Amino acid sequence: MVPKRSVISSFAKKEFFHIIRDPRSLVILFLMPILQLIMFGYALKMEIQQVNLAVIDFNRSLSSHHLIDQFRGSHYFRPFYFDGSIEQIETLFKARQAHAVMVIPHDFNRQLQRHRSTPVQFIVDASDANAATTIRNYIAQTIRIFNQSHNRIEALPFEVRSTIFFNPDKKSTYFFVPGIIALLLVMISAMLTSITITREKETGTLEQILVSPIKSYQIILGKVLPYIFLAFAIGVIILLIGIFLFGVPFRGSIILLLVLSTLYILTALSLGLMISTIARTQQVAMMIALISTLLPTFMLSGFIFPIASMPEILQYFTYLVPAKYYLFIARGIILKGSNLMHLLQPTIFLLIMSLVLLVISIRKFEITLED
Amino acid sequence: MQAIEIKNFKRNYGEVEAVKDVSLQVEKGELFGLIGPDGAGKTTLMRSICTLLKPTSGHIRVMNRDSSNDYMEIRKIIGYMPQRFSLYQDLSVTQNLEFFADLFQVPADEREKRLQRLYEFSRLKPFRNRLAGALSGGMKQKLALSCSLIHTPEILVLDEPTFGVDPLSRAEFWDILKSIREEGTTIFVSTAYMEEAELCDRVAFMYKGEIITSGPPEEIKKSYPYPLYRLEGENMRQLRSFFDAQKKIHSTQLFGSAVHVSFEEEPEEQIWQKWKEQTDKNLQHWKKESPSIEDVFMYLIKQENRS
Repeated sequence: MVPKRSVISSFAKKEFFHIIRDPRSLVILFLMPILQLIMFGYALKMEIQQVNLAVIDFNRSLSSHHLIDQFRGSHYFRPFYFDGSIEQIETLFKARQAHAVMVIPHDFNRQLQRHRSTPVQFIVDASDANAATTIRNYIAQTIRIFNQSHNRIEALPFEVRSTIFFNPDKKSTYFFVPGIIALLLVMISAMLTSITITREKETGTLEQILVSPIKSYQIILGKVLPYIFLAFAIGVIILLIGIFLFGVPFRGSIILLLVLSTLYILTALSLGLMISTIARTQQVAMMIALISTLLPTFMLSGFIFPIASMPEILQYFTYLVPAKYYLFIARGIILKGSNLMHLLQPTIFLLIMSLVLLVISIRKFEITLED
Repeated sequence: MQAIEIKNFKRNYGEVEAVKDVSLQVEKGELFGLIGPDGAGKTTLMRSICTLLKPTSGHIRVMNRDSSNDYMEIRKIIGYMPQRFSLYQDLSVTQNLEFFADLFQVPADEREKRLQRLYEFSRLKPFRNRLAGALSGGMKQKLALSCSLIHTPEILVLDEPTFGVDPLSRAEFWDILKSIREEGTTIFVSTAYMEEAELCDRVAFMYKGEIITSGPPEEIKKSYPYPLYRLEGENMRQLRSFFDAQKKIHSTQLFGSAVHVSFEEEPEEQIWQKWKEQTDKNLQHWKKESPSIEDVFMYLIKQENRS
């Protein structure tokens, strides 16, 4: 009999009993992330589907009708005539009746027939700056198409033709689903372990354990093991739902994704354990786990906001966010079909993080029995 | 060699001196009681013996091993039962016992034998599949004791094991402790119940972080210097305040359905009749009483607070 292994495994067995003894929490543990995934997955979209476009048409000609039809034909815009004056545009925006206004001048048709250039005014509500940028891009694109078919003034000196790889429709869902998975995995894993040691502090069972000749690394490893399986099961479910429900094209190796997801889970579990060695009560531990995973993952991982556009100081902080590395991995494998060689750097970073967090937990734990 | 040897032990929590300069010896095979009110520092002392706390100064040796240097050695031979019930409420009786057997690395071939023995004396066998959280207070204490005995420790440290347990279960618990002592295990037990002190081989009385006195309960009782009388009557409060107002009274104390009054000198026989009349026959019976442990400790606390 190897005594060391048996202590770790009996610890793991005990933790496993705790988990299955409470089936209600277990159901919540599985259902909560699935619901969150579905909610986030449908809510988080960068595309603006229906832009309400108010049209003030001073021309009322065939050409102006063509222009409006061009907008109606693209599935992004919902144009409607607005009979008010230009002064009333503000009211339109304030009442959120329109996102943008197009003003067609009275000589639009005549100028166009003469093959001359003519201005068309667009006014965009930029109270949501991101949406305004997107709308401007849509407008520019629609106008370009219109000009090509109706207004051949002269050939352009050169034309930009971009080809888009990996997500040609630029569906933001494909981009967000890995992010949501990263967020849910880190949150649940860290919260799972954050209460395990604090609970034993609160109930006093830690005293009993500490008086035994068990070493602190045995406690920490015994606590991590069963939660790896639990979090892995949750991880598989949300990965599958995320990929199939939202139709995310899967290009890489599912085995590689599962292996590296387990590594990411381990990092989060270790973070939770470290919190558990510091916090005195379960409530505090849960709060710390929630705040230390939710906010950084949302803000600093590249989940929504590109890291490259952050101020330099914040960019340094992103190195401490495990989700940053997991996003490289998940987006790489799912969308681009990256292999392990492509993802070596984030993998190593996650590995180092887990080890450091585990060592800190073990150290921290040794100190707590003295004080 | 003593089982536990404490020399000039001090332990502070920041600015607070929880234990100040305690020296104490516990002999092998002894049932030693640590008596004192809440906040006296009993738990701090016990946790230090169990190597959970480092001394601020001084040292503790358990079976000749130093508590701060050889703590891993001590942990193999000590059994500790903390004050609060600290087992896993969501695990069954058997699961708790088996977990602690693994924790203390009880060899697999020994395990079943020990479990059966522990079931036998604790009479928990019929409840072995019940969750620990669903046990009664007395049964919880017996389970906790069983868990701390699973590795047959040489020294057993129990921190107020009978706190909040009904009198019948308490008596049963002490019977078990005595049978454990018969097998040669040294037991160091703390309690706030004075009557339990009488069941120990030796006791130490702890107050405000210091040991005020220690010795066998009989000797401690003999050290009480004043004649003590047990008085009974209609109205105890009235009786007490009457004697409080008399001269040459050392102390008065309500004791259930009686008042204990200790005099600075033996009262004369005829004065009792005078007192009976003065209290309108409220005073009905008086009897010389041999002091209990509680009387001695009350007296010592009074002395301590005076100085």
